[in-house]
Amino acid sequence: MSRYLAIYFTNLLTDYLAIKKPELKDKVYVFTMSQSNRIMVTASSREAEKHGIFANTVLADAKALVPDILAFDDKPDFNKKLLVRIAKWAIRYSPIVSLDLPDGIILDSSGCSHLLGGEEKYLETILSKLKESGYNCCGSISDTIGTSWAIARLGRKSPIIQPGQQYNALLNLPPMALRLEQHNIQRLHKLGFDKIGKFIQLPASMLRRRFGQELLLRLGQALGTEEETITPIIVKAPFEERLFCLEPISTKTGIEIAIEKLLDTLCERLAKEGLGIRSAELKGYRLDGRITETKIGTNQPTHQVPHLAKLFELKIDQIEPDLGIELFILTATKTEPVHITQEKLWSGKPGLADQNLAQLLDRLAIKVGPQAIRRYIPQAHYWPERSLRPAVSLEEKTEIKWQKSNPRPMEMLHKPASIQVTAPIPDYPPMNFRYKDELHLVRKADGPERIEREWWLEPGEHRDYYILEDDKGRRYWVFRSGHYHEEHSAWFLHGFFA
Amino acid sequence: MMTAEKQEILTQLRQQISAAQGFKPTPIALGEGFGLGPIEACFPNKVFPTGTIHEFIAEHPEDAAASEGFIAGLLAKLMENGNSCLWISRNRKLFPPSLEAFGVDPQQIIFLDLYYTKEILWVMEEALKCEGLACVIAELQDIDFAQSRRLQLATEKSHVTGILLRKEPKRKLSATACTARWQITPQPTEISDGIPGVGNPRWEVNLLKVKNGEGGKFYIEWAEDRFTQFEISDTDVQPHTTVLTERGLTA
Repeated sequence: MSRYLAIYFTNLLTDYLAIKKPELKDKVYVFTMSQSNRIMVTASSREAEKHGIFANTVLADAKALVPDILAFDDKPDFNKKLLVRIAKWAIRYSPIVSLDLPDGIILDSSGCSHLLGGEEKYLETILSKLKESGYNCCGSISDTIGTSWAIARLGRKSPIIQPGQQYNALLNLPPMALRLEQHNIQRLHKLGFDKIGKFIQLPASMLRRRFGQELLLRLGQALGTEEETITPIIVKAPFEERLFCLEPISTKTGIEIAIEKLLDTLCERLAKEGLGIRSAELKGYRLDGRITETKIGTNQPTHQVPHLAKLFELKIDQIEPDLGIELFILTATKTEPVHITQEKLWSGKPGLADQNLAQLLDRLAIKVGPQAIRRYIPQAHYWPERSLRPAVSLEEKTEIKWQKSNPRPMEMLHKPASIQVTAPIPDYPPMNFRYKDELHLVRKADGPERIEREWWLEPGEHRDYYILEDDKGRRYWVFRSGHYHEEHSAWFLHGFFA
Repeated sequence: MMTAEKQEILTQLRQQISAAQGFKPTPIALGEGFGLGPIEACFPNKVFPTGTIHEFIAEHPEDAAASEGFIAGLLAKLMENGNSCLWISRNRKLFPPSLEAFGVDPQQIIFLDLYYTKEILWVMEEALKCEGLACVIAELQDIDFAQSRRLQLATEKSHVTGILLRKEPKRKLSATACTARWQITPQPTEISDGIPGVGNPRWEVNLLKVKNGEGGKFYIEWAEDRFTQFEISDTDVQPHTTVLTERGLTA
């Protein structure tokens, strides 16, 4: 059996403005929007309502009633934006929260209310929190969305309708409580049906003939005979754990314990299904309505609590609990099947596949960022800068071999450094070169090794590489860009050999 | 007879002291060792110590390349059983494909490119605690005693070998807790029969400091996938850097 909580905001927009600008409190002000050459009131404050100014009044009429009325521009969908914000805040009270445009939200409170000590306290807590922050609102809990909606807006007695009591609760309410189209409401009133109780007993065929299918559908939804569903603003992930804290948590130890508890239950579920976390997210719902988010990622799917706890621990410093965190939600945003490894027997250092190594890299990635960690694999290019590329993962292997035929320098400059060279004969190595104001006399040389530029990737000259050894035994990798030319051959130093 | 007994006691005490200093005999059987010949004789027990911190000083980029070549030679041995290693650096110039020439598979090495010295030291310490690694190499400029002591303590537990490559250091002879301090400089190569070209890499290996051992100067060549020693025949070879000695520290 489901229970639904409907919350109705009587003055959503104007209350919001009063929160932003406290000086507006108890003033007569409205939101307006121009509609077909007239300026219409779209929302009015409580004071304005006392003067008889409601939505859909023309601003000129309102001014006639209250000359010093304040008018603010309304924006389309502004109420939706506000409701989404409130609905996200309300997630701490129920995982399923949906919007009820234009002026309410609906929570699926099934199985949630006992956390706060019963439905009455549950409703009271939520409403008083909203009222504290400045929103005028009413709420109601019942078995169906329809009844909750009606009681929240029009109910005069108890806001909590006991299971199965929708029928009695609806009897004395006007037809508009059924969320009907305007023309149907007018027709009902015209026929003297000013209370639901007056027509609820009539045969369905008669009601359908007069008022169409809509009335029956809405009536059924309110009574619970027709199915009605809501679309949650945030869909619950398959692997998600929630931890509601009785007291707001603001200490590091508290957060650590919360993380460990959540991981314990989540990892147990994952382990049963043979899955492991690749990335996870921890959300903390703070007392002041803000949400803190912490993300971690791993190199290998894992459901080991100590390792995952350690990863979060490195990030705890970034969580700002402020006044305290009421609710923690841990979501496994990406899961993959776990490689089942034999323990101990094979733990003797299996290189890159080693679990310790994967865990170490996870920790390092959290601290220094994954972009700082690289592994290189060969690429089928002769051009030195392109002869290797970063590997995508720890496991990635390639069939391509490192090219071995020609020696490559131990250290290579990111950008070749220009050098001055004396090279008397074409295609012979230089006699000497000048690098960083030091003259190097070449004693031994090897080369040239011509490397053609990959013209389909970039334009430019080929390179003729030489290995040079100077008079002090230091070894360099230099190249001439393009063909030999007596005056303007460009020479560069590109690396140092061991 | 008394002297023989005393000798025995002395060796035992020495072993205890070196064990207390984190200088344990290597637990992994390394077969014929690193092939470093007389260099290994400089260390206690005449074994190249793994599972400890080595410090390399490179004042010029050419020396850095030579040091990296020598380190790669060591890595070939350390990574023999398929272990991987971490290479931490700031502004890395090492060109991974070149490691292949020293018998190291560049794919087995994980590179970390960091900016702050603090980060480099943190990562190195974390990595040294990880038993799944063969070696952790960090390039940095300077390190103080406390920092190196932390690294040494981390490595004593896990037995991962740590190498600090200090490029263009500001304080060359500052005290560190490292087991050995090396300086590698390139030497002219030799090709027999006067054939033109450049020969196998040759270095002057200067072991400046060894804990519980004696340093020295050696000439090493990398040929046919192993270290070999060579003799300097000519006297005209001038080392291009002023050779540092431990005496220089006190003078």
